[in-house]
Amino acid sequence: MKFGILVNEGPYQHQASDSAYQFTKAALEKGHEIFRVFFYHDGVNNATRLTVPPRDDRNIVDRWSELAKEHNLDLVVCIAAAQRRGLLDENEAKRQGKDANNIAEGFRISGLGQLIEAGIQSERLVVFGD
Amino acid sequence: MEEDEEIIKKFLYVNRKAPYGTVYALESLEVVLIGAAFDQDVSLAFIDDGVYQLKKDQNTSVDAGAGMKNFSKTYRALEAYDVEKLYVDKKSMDERGLSVDDLLVDVEILDEAKMAEMMGQQDVVLSF
Repeated sequence: MKFGILVNEGPYQHQASDSAYQFTKAALEKGHEIFRVFFYHDGVNNATRLTVPPRDDRNIVDRWSELAKEHNLDLVVCIAAAQRRGLLDENEAKRQGKDANNIAEGFRISGLGQLIEAGIQSERLVVFGD
Repeated sequence: MEEDEEIIKKFLYVNRKAPYGTVYALESLEVVLIGAAFDQDVSLAFIDDGVYQLKKDQNTSVDAGAGMKNFSKTYRALEAYDVEKLYVDKKSMDERGLSVDDLLVDVEILDEAKMAEMMGQQDVVLSF
C-alpha cells in the first residue's frame, strides 16, 4: 500500500515523532511504499541538525535522515511552520537575511501543497499528533 | 500535477482545539486555504473546544489578555474558496452553552452518530 505520513509534533516533547518513525520503518520493511513524510506544526523541529540529545538516548533527527538515505524517502518540512519556528535551509536563510541555516540532511522545505498532494496520491494518509 | 486533476477526494479537516491556546487552529486554517487550490471535496468539522474557533466577537487584543492576531474573519471567507461544508458537533456546543446564533458562519449541527457517519464517508481525514 502507498502511505502518506503527517508528523504534527516535535521530537522528544511528544511521542508522535517516534511513532511516525516506527510506523514508517515498519511499513517500508513490509514492502509498502511511503509517498512522503510531511512535517507540520512543531513537527518541523524534527528537521534541525543542531539537535544534541544525550548519548544514551535515541537521535530522532539523525534517525529520520538515515531512513531517508536508505529508502530514498521524501521528507518535507512545511515552509510557513518552519519559518515561524526558526528552521531554515540555505536558500531560505539567504532570502530572509539570516546568518545561518539548520536543516538536517535528507529533509527539504516546501509548501503545504505537498501535504495535500500526499493526501491525494496516497492510499492512506496517517496523521501522528496530539 | 496533471495526474492530480483527475482525482477528487473527500478531505475532512477536524478542528478540536480552542483558537488561541495553541497554534493548531491557525495552522489548520492555513492548510484549508492552500488545499482549496487543489479542487478537492472539502469539509470542516468542529468538535470539543474547536467549536470556539467559530465564536462571534472574538477579542484578541493585548487589553483582552491575548495580544495575538484575530484570524476568525478568515472563516467567513471560506465560502469564496468553495469551502462550504462546515459541521459542528452538537454535544460540544451544548456543553459550552453555545447556539448557532453565537457562531460567525452558517454551519450544520450534527449529533455524534451523524458526525461519525460523515467522517466514515471521507477519504482523507486531517485532525488538528
